Amino acid sequence: MNTAVTIAGVTFKNPVLTASGTFGSGMEYGEFVDLNRLGGIVTKGVSSVPWPGNPVPRVAEVYGGMLNAIGLQNPGISVFMERDLPFLARYDTNVIVNICGKTIGEYVDVVEKLRDTEAAMLEINVSCPNVKEGAIAFGQNADSLYEITSRIKERARQPIIMKLSPNVTDITEMARAAEAAGADAISLINTITGMKIDIHKKRFVLANKTGGMSGPAVKPIAVRMVYQCAEAVKIPIIGMGGISNGEDAIEFLMAGATAVSVGAMNFVNPCATMEVLEGIEAYMGQYGITDIHEIIGCVK
Amino acid sequence: MGQKRKERGRVLSQKEIAPGIFDLWIGCSVAAQAAPGQFMMVYPKAESTILPRPISICEIDRQRGAVRIVYRIAGRGTREFSGYGEGDAIAVMGPLGNGFPMEAAMGKRVFLIGGGIGIPPLLQLAKELTCEKQILAGYRDRHLFLKGDLERHGVFYTATEDGSAGTKGNVLDAVRENGLDADLVYACGPLPMLRAVKDYAAGKGIIAYISLEERMACGVGACLGCVCRTTEKDSHSHVKNARVCTEGPVFAAEEVDI
Repeated sequence: MNTAVTIAGVTFKNPVLTASGTFGSGMEYGEFVDLNRLGGIVTKGVSSVPWPGNPVPRVAEVYGGMLNAIGLQNPGISVFMERDLPFLARYDTNVIVNICGKTIGEYVDVVEKLRDTEAAMLEINVSCPNVKEGAIAFGQNADSLYEITSRIKERARQPIIMKLSPNVTDITEMARAAEAAGADAISLINTITGMKIDIHKKRFVLANKTGGMSGPAVKPIAVRMVYQCAEAVKIPIIGMGGISNGEDAIEFLMAGATAVSVGAMNFVNPCATMEVLEGIEAYMGQYGITDIHEIIGCVK
Repeated sequence: MGQKRKERGRVLSQKEIAPGIFDLWIGCSVAAQAAPGQFMMVYPKAESTILPRPISICEIDRQRGAVRIVYRIAGRGTREFSGYGEGDAIAVMGPLGNGFPMEAAMGKRVFLIGGGIGIPPLLQLAKELTCEKQILAGYRDRHLFLKGDLERHGVFYTATEDGSAGTKGNVLDAVRENGLDADLVYACGPLPMLRAVKDYAAGKGIIAYISLEERMACGVGACLGCVCRTTEKDSHSHVKNARVCTEGPVFAAEEVDI
């Protein structure tokens, strides 16, 4: 049974990755799962300098999902390269470094620092809804997205994945802009902006007022957007949004994703990634599928 | 890979010990490793409630392989737990976080201060500390849950908001009214109480260890949802934020900006 997939020349032993921000740099979940079994680890967004993130409360549960407004807290690229990358290098899995910034210059700075590292790919976060500057501002306008993608592509040694926001009128417009600017792949969806009000305290539950929604409740939206993008562009797609088991992952693959990421469900079940992988293999076994490519984009 | 895992525990017993406050014993392997002040994640079964609930460990029975949690119904998850009965399955993960530093109390007179649903973790702490213990528990009203358990492990004082038992007011009012003194403080409770305890300890020049509560998602340090502000840069985050689930939930009061 072949579960290996290739994205922009990088081969993944299986299509199961972790969604940025839900798996740290793997250190915490390495206590629960064998990181060597993952197709890849997509790390928490890292910026050129340490970011403190947003005030608490940063997380809230909603029906069938959750809201988060972490605000991209991270220790900065220097600490990440000294501590997190060497840890990840010990494992037989692809490391995809997610990058965030307030300006194009900040993104490019991190991209350049990662040139000579073991990072297999770079994922560019232009879709975080929880910070005031940068991030989503680059991902909600096709011209801005084109500009940042081409500027990063000029300086990046590794293939780049543009992570798209669902908080747009037409996500295919963003996918096309990323492709036209030279992106090697796209990943979607980032979280959907939401809000929760505590009616007893008469205030917002999150200190940031709004947060990004993730979890099983967003999956139909994510599958639809992956399908739309797969119809619109030729570059590979990494699909995510509420994946909790193998059957969910198969939906994304059939919609046109070459690989999938497990996000919020890591919080619900620390072994979710392994259950997704085993579920994909069980599905393939059940239907006599010998190569995962038989199902990628098979539903038109 | 380490030893952490989500496991299927079993409800040994449950009863409501005050209005909306439940006392639940769970048979699970958490008991073997747990220490006072640590917490565990408890997972609701309803698929609409995706996140686990962080709940402090009240008591540990290592021989029986059981942990006790005493919790208040605060939402859909805890409401579901309150309906569990003997023999029911209950998914848990733990123990998590760093508990109360015990060695600091050697040969000292200590205060164990709890407020409301922050009282439960003091029980296991009181059981394991061998020094001179003064336990101060602050309640809303006459429902003095865990009073009987705590009285067996130290000199017990009560404060109630409505004056129905003990000192009328808060736990520090009880300290003053009874003319109490200590060399070290352990505390768990609502933030205003912890701020007052921090100020009290700073005024007396003594150390206070306080257990913080924050909304969590993962409980294992990955999501960065549950941070608290720290006075110095945290060695993990490299910013002035520490993870309550991982560096905490117990912190030296002077290390956190609450």
